[in-house]
Amino acid sequence: MSEPWEDDELDGPVRKFMYVNRRAPYGTIYALESLEVVLIAAAFEQDVTLVFMDDGVYQIKKDQNTDAIGVKNFSPTYRALEGYDVEKLYVEKESLESRGLTTDDLVVPVQVVNNDQLAELMEEQEVILSF
Amino acid sequence: MPMLHTVNKSPFERRTLDTALRHAVKGAGVLLIEDGVYAAFDGTVVAEKVKAALADHKIYVLGPDIAARGMSEHHVIDGLEVVDYGGFVDLVTEYDKVQSWL
Amino acid sequence: MKLSILVNEGPYQHQSADTAIQFTKAALEKGHEIFRVFFYHDGVNNGTRFAVPPQDDRNITEQWTEMAKEHNLDLVICIAAAQRRGILDENEAKRQGKDGDNIAEGFRISGLGQLIEAGIQSDRLVIFGD
Repeated sequence: MSEPWEDDELDGPVRKFMYVNRRAPYGTIYALESLEVVLIAAAFEQDVTLVFMDDGVYQIKKDQNTDAIGVKNFSPTYRALEGYDVEKLYVEKESLESRGLTTDDLVVPVQVVNNDQLAELMEEQEVILSF
Repeated sequence: MPMLHTVNKSPFERRTLDTALRHAVKGAGVLLIEDGVYAAFDGTVVAEKVKAALADHKIYVLGPDIAARGMSEHHVIDGLEVVDYGGFVDLVTEYDKVQSWL
Repeated sequence: MKLSILVNEGPYQHQSADTAIQFTKAALEKGHEIFRVFFYHDGVNNGTRFAVPPQDDRNITEQWTEMAKEHNLDLVICIAAAQRRGILDENEAKRQGKDGDNIAEGFRISGLGQLIEAGIQSDRLVIFGD
């Protein structure tokens, strides 16, 4: 964290930020660059919530092995989020189930919420960044 | 006020509109922009779904995107409100926050 | 009200940059303050001065530059996304040992922190993308 441009922390109010991840990894860059936002955002000590829904649940699928596609596997980074005090990770139940997945398939512990609970959770936020 | 959900995908190609509607609480607004405006017209296979959503949501559609696509405001489903970019700005300020379902 | 804009797609490929421009214009006309426009993902390509669209087409980068001049807009390109995609200002070109820069007038390159700050400081953050 010593690059000059990362040194722009500021004092201010703590706001409720939600990052909504809806895209699968590797097919497009959104998942990776969204993770980069979350890592930088952690330095600002805001109230951060991370949501994985739709194809976003595939971002945290276990056993990703990218050796043969020539792209870096960034899934281990999700396990490092706890060290950045990003601890509120939610997965939408319907997204998980409709893809035949369970929480056992995921690289990080998450809280599973249903569609309606997620809608309420979104309403509680102040800033929503959707990727 | 709850939030404003924007949808910019055609409902015939992507499920973004469904996703937005499933996550919009009662009283939340939905704004159709770009290719999302194709959901706004009568006589399509999604029209009934949009009409049903009007029970819980105000639904808006961006007029300039309708005109650009050769579609007609006269065929917009009754109960939807056509807005221009200024109206888009007003909605953003009237609702508490914006969720862009990209 | 204080608004910030996030542009996540490059120009021409998607309508998102055009929509963002029209939205920003309308917001300024209504007297709102634009705290910042942040360019992320392929959105950083909005800030290259090397694009030469056909004469009968709009020039999206110039539209941003003009708006920035007229309204003193803060147009910020994400440095991490820009490095991947080859958008450089003079400092970055020097730092990375590249033989030229391509950033357009009115834009500046800075960190993702600028996006978070926009989220903290603005009443609304509006995202345009694909």
